[in-house]
Formats: sequence, structure tokens, C-alpha cells
Amino acid sequence: MSERVEVLKTYKLYIGGKFSRTESGRYFKGLDAKGNQLANLCRASRKDLRNAVVAADKAQSGWWERSDYNRGQILYRMAENLESRKAEFAGLLQKEAGLSQAKSVSAVEKATDDLVYFAGWCDKYQAVFSSVNPVASSHFNFSIVEPMGIIGAICEDEIGFNEMVILMASAICGGNSMVMLAPKQISVVAQSFAEVLHHSDLPGGVVNILSGYPDELLEHMAGHMEIKAMAYLGLKEDSKVKAKIQELAAENMKRLSFWNGNFADQKRSPFAIEEFMEVKTSWHPIEQIGGAAAAY
Amino acid sequence: MKEKFKNFQSPKIDQLGLIERANRFKTRSIKKEAKVQALKLALNMIDLTTLEGRDTEGKVIQLCNKAMRPDLELDVPTVAAVCVYPSLVAVAKKQLKGSGVKVASVATAFPSGQSDQKLKIQETKYAVNEGADEIDMVISRGKFHQGEYNYVFDEIAAIKEACGKARLKVILETGELGTADQVRRASDIALYAGADFIKTSTGKISPAATMPTTLLMLEAIRDFYSATGEQRGMKPAGGISDAKTAIQYLVMLHETLGSEWMSNKWFRFGASRLANELLLQIRKQATGYYQSADYFSKD
Repeated sequence: MSERVEVLKTYKLYIGGKFSRTESGRYFKGLDAKGNQLANLCRASRKDLRNAVVAADKAQSGWWERSDYNRGQILYRMAENLESRKAEFAGLLQKEAGLSQAKSVSAVEKATDDLVYFAGWCDKYQAVFSSVNPVASSHFNFSIVEPMGIIGAICEDEIGFNEMVILMASAICGGNSMVMLAPKQISVVAQSFAEVLHHSDLPGGVVNILSGYPDELLEHMAGHMEIKAMAYLGLKEDSKVKAKIQELAAENMKRLSFWNGNFADQKRSPFAIEEFMEVKTSWHPIEQIGGAAAAY
Repeated sequence: MKEKFKNFQSPKIDQLGLIERANRFKTRSIKKEAKVQALKLALNMIDLTTLEGRDTEGKVIQLCNKAMRPDLELDVPTVAAVCVYPSLVAVAKKQLKGSGVKVASVATAFPSGQSDQKLKIQETKYAVNEGADEIDMVISRGKFHQGEYNYVFDEIAAIKEACGKARLKVILETGELGTADQVRRASDIALYAGADFIKTSTGKISPAATMPTTLLMLEAIRDFYSATGEQRGMKPAGGISDAKTAIQYLVMLHETLGSEWMSNKWFRFGASRLANELLLQIRKQATGYYQSADYFSKD
């Protein structure tokens, strides 16, 4: 008997509910914390980004039309699936991100809890952010929040697993779909997380996860007319990239969010959901009320 | 022409070969300037179409405006024609006056063709009198399936006569003809009976235009050209909704019939959604960034 050869996994892109290779045929080496090769990963091209946006566009309306409660169920299912793969993810985080055993386990547990946290918010944020507004005319005036549409996200190389999960959960919680370039340093973890999403009844295309280089994709994401909001995670303060993104985003009034540092604790909040929501206010005519004041 | 057709035998079609050949056209790489040129050419070949029971004058006027000026910012050509029902021809004619965009009208009991021949001729004359530059007729598929090829031939010839100066496009409705051999036979009948264009479909039946079927019809046009020396046009219609496919059709046209046919005089796309897809791509090429349909008018 010859010696057993280890079976190395090919990590692909997660687009439209399918794991597909990059159309460009390019790859990059995923390294572990010690600099040894861990895997070959797909290096997403702008065409992959475009395909992901097409998939996200197809999926978004259906995702938003689901009941809030059902979206909550699906996010909770993600938590269940992540919990059952805790050992695998902790192992990957140790290997790829170089976390200690205790820290890696705690990171996976936190990510799981965060998914439960946002699962809970799915059918509650509307009650918090919508309002009935007093107006000085005979109108019933109320505001509700609606998803913006497709959220683009780029994570700088060193963004952590927890931050990535929180961003994803807060964006899709309110009915958005998203296209995310995962942090390069944890590409393997990110694509494994895509597998968790994949068997959590999440409709294909709601979350699309790419791996690759931020500088190759950021202009195409910022300039893409179909993407309605963009989050940039871990942008350095002195970076010239910010102005470029702002300029391109202005073309279709893209909303921009820059999330920096270890923001996990800060963004574990319903206000993170609100960042990707649009307020819709309706003026509903009613009969004359005394003194034109709202009488409710 | 009828004399020439008397002893004509439509060749048998190798269906697998046809599909293989059609697939080969999808592998050409058309990029950058060539792509922009192809996109603009495709836009210029579109018959912008609305054929619905709920069509109103307002909708047709809107469509005509789009036909004359597909994009407000970009330097793009007009489309080839606006295609409507006979009752709306006058509206389109008035709106398109002086623009060079043609008015096409369906006739002959579109889309089924199940009516009396006299009525069909009358309808054709009505559309022409209203101002139609082009008539899109449907063949009698029922008669065709009954084997009454002479009837189909004579009917096309009669409609051609009724058209006068208007150019005649003959819709075969390939989705209802069944085999490739039948499509070839129908193409030959239409060409010899006097069609200026042969057209795949009404757009009401699925499958509509496919690449193999279009290729087969292009080959019929090629054979007709070598036999008679007369040039005839082709119009695939229905189901071509993205820019990439449109370019593949142009490649197929070029490699089957040659540069002579590469204008809207001899080739048309029957499509309504395709125009926006092409504009999306043209603007993408102009700006470098992917576009969204949200920023283009729907009709």
C-alpha cells in the first residue's frame, strides 16, 4: 500500500446559490498563518462581480417578499448549522487566521450568537424604525423602512470572521441581498461559511461571496449602477481609495458605509440593520380633523 | 418565380449538423470597438414591437419616441422600425414622420392566420393605406400541415400583390412547424412566392427564434440567392433578449450570408426587450461601469 494522499479541497466562489469557478480562470494561493499554502482560491474578476449582482438582483425581491418571520427562521438555521460545525470552523480559524484555540472557539460561538441575535431582529426592527408622524394637515402620515436592494461589500484583508458575519446578517435581515468580497486572509473560512448559508434554506443569490483582491473590484463595485449601497470594511485612514469610491458612488447616489476597526460589538445593534434600509413615508388623506391636528 | 419553383425540391436538413454549426458561432470573441460597433448595428436592426390587446395610442407614441431616440445621452442610431397592429399604424406613422424609422404592421389575422383569404388581403390593404412601410404576415400553418403548399404559396403571392410598395415579411412561426425539414420547405415557399423577408416567429408561441432555426433560414436565403441572384432579408423574432445573443446572431449572419446583408435593409431583430439590453451594454462600454435597467425607460 502506498502512503495516503491528502484530498485537498477546491474552494470556489458562491454566486447565485451555486459554487462556481471564476470565469477568469485565475487563482491565488490561500496561506495559513505561518505562510504555508493552505488552498488554491478563485480570484474573482469584475465579470464574476457582475454575475453575482445579476444573481443578487434576481433573488432580492423574493427575499424581501418572504415574511419577516421566515427570514428570521432562516438566519436562525444558519446559527444552527454553524454551531454543528463549530469544531471545523474553529480549526480553520486557528490554521488560517492564526487564532489560539480558545479565541477561535470563542469567535465561532460569537458568530453563532450574532446570527441568533439578528434572526431575532428580523420581525422586530420594523416596529422600532417605523413611526406615525404628527403633521399639520388632514393626513395620516407614517414611515416604514424598506430594503435598499443590492448591498455591495468589500472587506479588507485583515477583517475578522465575526465582523464579516455581522455585516452579512445585518444587511440581509431587512430584506436586502448582497455581494461580498470576503477578507482575503480568511478566504477559506469565508467560502466554508458560504456552505453553511447554502444548506440553511437561504434562497440562492441572496448572499454571494467572492474571494479575491479588493483593489481589483472596488472601482467596479462602487461604479456599478445596480448596487444601491456599499459597505467598505477596514479602510485605512490615509487611504486615497475613499475619495475614488465616493466619486464613483455619487453616480447613482449609492449609500456608503465605512466600518472600521473591531466593530463587532458596536454593530451588534438594530442600527446596523437601519444602515441598509430606506425610509418610505406615506401621506394618507383623512377626513378633516379639528384644528387640522392629528387626533390619534 | 412560380415556374422556377415548380420543380424545386427543398433539400433535406441535417439537424444535428445544424445545431453544431449554430453553436460554433457562439465561440467568436467580439470585444471593445468591434463590440460597440456590433451593439450599435444590432440596435439599428431592431423592429421595436408592441403587439398586445391593451396597446393604446399613448403607448405607441412613447414607443416611437424611443425608436427615434433610444438614448438621450449616447450617440446611438435609431432602431429600424416600429411594429404595431394595423389599427395603430396611422399613429406611429404620424409620430415617426421624417425620422427614417419605418412603420411595420402585422396583418393577415395575426397571430394565428386563421381567417378567410379575402379578409387577409383587405387587412393588408388597410394597413398599407394607413401608412405601413412594411407588412408582417403569417402563413396559414393549418393549410401547411394539411400539405396544401400551393395554397400557402398563392396566399403569400396574393398578399405580396396587396402590399404594393410595402415590403413583405413572412412569418413562418417555426415553433408550430415541427421539424427542420418543414421549416426549410416553408422558407422556400415564402421566398419563391415573393417574400422580402422571412421571419421566424410571431413572438406568441414558444419556442420562438433559436440560432439553429435562424441559420437554417439564412441558408435558404443563401440558396435562393445563388439560384435567382435576388437578395432577401431575414428577421428572427422573439426570445432574443440579451446583447450577447444578438451579437452571436450577427456573427452567424456575417458568416452565412456575408457583409452584403449586414444592414437593416436585410436583417432585423424582432424584439422589444433587446433594445434596452443593448443600450445597457453600450453605456457600459462608454462609461466602463456596469449599468442598471432602473435608469432606462421601459418602453
